[in-house]
Amino acid sequence: MAAMAPGGASGSDIYKGNAVKLLLPTWLVIGVFLLIPVMLMAVYSFLTKEFRGGVIWEFTLTAYDQFFLNRGLFGDDPASIEWTYIGIFWRSIWQAGLATILCLLIGFPTAWFIATRDARMRTVWLLIVTVPYWVNLLIRTVSMKFLIRDEGPLNAALMWSGIIDAPLGIINTNLAVQLGLFYSYLPFMVLPVYAAVERYDFSLSEAAADLYASRWTILRLVILPVVKPGIIAGCILVFVPSLGAFLAPDLLGGAKSFMIGSLIEEQFKGAAGNWPFGAASAMILMAIVMIVLLAYARSQTRETRT
Amino acid sequence: MIGTVISIDRVEKRFGTFTALHGVSVDIADNEFFTLLGPSGCGKTTLLRCIAGFEPVSGGQIRLNGEDIAPLPPYRRPVNTVFQHYALFPHMTVLENAMFGLQRLGWGVVDAEGRARQALELVHLSAFLKRRPGQLSGGQQQRVALARALAPEPRVLLLDEPLSALDLKLRQAVRMELKQIQRETGIAFVFVTHDQEEALTMSDRIAVMSDGRVQQVGTPREIYESPANRFVADFIGETNLIEVPVLNISNGLAEVSLPGGRAIQCPTRLVDATQGVLSVRPERIDLCAPSEADLIATAGAQVYLGTDIQLKAHLAGGEQMTVRLQNAAATVLPQSGARLGLRLEAGAARLLAA
Repeated sequence: MAAMAPGGASGSDIYKGNAVKLLLPTWLVIGVFLLIPVMLMAVYSFLTKEFRGGVIWEFTLTAYDQFFLNRGLFGDDPASIEWTYIGIFWRSIWQAGLATILCLLIGFPTAWFIATRDARMRTVWLLIVTVPYWVNLLIRTVSMKFLIRDEGPLNAALMWSGIIDAPLGIINTNLAVQLGLFYSYLPFMVLPVYAAVERYDFSLSEAAADLYASRWTILRLVILPVVKPGIIAGCILVFVPSLGAFLAPDLLGGAKSFMIGSLIEEQFKGAAGNWPFGAASAMILMAIVMIVLLAYARSQTRETRT
Repeated sequence: MIGTVISIDRVEKRFGTFTALHGVSVDIADNEFFTLLGPSGCGKTTLLRCIAGFEPVSGGQIRLNGEDIAPLPPYRRPVNTVFQHYALFPHMTVLENAMFGLQRLGWGVVDAEGRARQALELVHLSAFLKRRPGQLSGGQQQRVALARALAPEPRVLLLDEPLSALDLKLRQAVRMELKQIQRETGIAFVFVTHDQEEALTMSDRIAVMSDGRVQQVGTPREIYESPANRFVADFIGETNLIEVPVLNISNGLAEVSLPGGRAIQCPTRLVDATQGVLSVRPERIDLCAPSEADLIATAGAQVYLGTDIQLKAHLAGGEQMTVRLQNAAATVLPQSGARLGLRLEAGAARLLAA
């Protein structure tokens, strides 16, 4: 992407401000409220659990051991791989990935539509997209539960109109969680993609058409590569919070749609919690996210270098 | 016309209630540098976009070698465009940009790369194949746009004010180069510009447009020296327009009465008129003694233009004339307010419809 901005470095730096001063507040916030808690979390993941929640300051690898290995009920069986948590992680990644793809499939045309309206209508459409998000996420998720449950208006309407004769039974399934995730994070896809499409120079499409490219080819070879930064930003903004989401799986999902977010949440909630295990799960989740992001960054730098 | 490559036949273009093109008809010959010249809003760019296929026509035909291409989408027309702001693909290298059209036409990578390299060599960009457009100067980007459009060897190359984003010096250099490339490739160029100097120096023929109509088609010389009407005379170069009564017209020669009473003969396309407008270029008027003058005037302000000096002269009836004098050692400039004799050079005046 770096190659796209021409001539940014020319001219004087007088009006660009002092980098240190500009970043100081951000560094303070990140340092105090992000780095310190994350480091604390990393330390906690190596401590011993206290039965009523909290930790005992005794270093151990028990939490990670518990995550990956199964040693039987009393801990004295030969170790085998524990699939429960890996399964939950796998389902979370799968659900978050699917939500990202759904958000992209629906968000891209939406963003395209908004970006191609005239300036006044764009503001109106953006407002319409964002207005539901002024309502608290919990309330929205509960409303969705109400809407799709077996006794809810969706099933009632479908049964009344004769399309189905028994409730669909969406609630407490992976599908319900998927709907919740997709709905929760759609604007995080629409907004960055909109920003990219809005800057898109439509004479590029004309140039491609002039050079014998059909509509589909123009989308594939010109539009998508040019707006790719917006798409990537949208995908990250949808994927990462979906991966750690706990409201949608808690409220809409059943026992078989448990996700990482809920797993971690439970470890810190109430007396049954296991802080070191929750911390270890969070560390593993963070490691996965970091690996994905770093792999992407690597592929990008290689692309611009060639 | 023999060797016509593109025949624009009564093309209409309406945007809602606004009519951008009123039945425009122009024939463009093979191997011709053809310019659409006019002020902004005259329809020249709309016509170009109709030929390229970006705008569907509201009526009429655009025939390419006899075949009507007006119903075809842009990607089915063997016509390429150089865009005003180049519209280079920012995520592709210079070479990839130049290969784009060839690959869409089904060329293999090796062949396409070979041809693209040739096209880039033609515009002297062989050293920049791996750069991206954002790393090039405006002039270099303009060359990439040209190479990209030339690589598929279109029957006609459309250029939409391609020089307007360049600075003056570069613009003058590129003009000559464009003309040379047109000669070398033998492709018909349709060049849109509002810059008359550009049009006069580069074109084989010019179509002067205004208000969605073609006012005149001709060689630069014809357009400049025998303008068809008042608009063309006024738009191309500078001219003095003097309202005169017509005494007599026969065989393309009119006899008119100049302000002050003197009668002169001048060429015209009019067949019959009692009133007309005389167009006289400022450089075709000389100063002389009042006794032998065609017009008597009072000297006004002078503007120093380097090679020339522009002199305003006021006629007794209040009309203002502009005279251009060469900045030669022998030129004697009249004092402001002095009585001047003006003589129109032989054939300098032309009678147009009022």
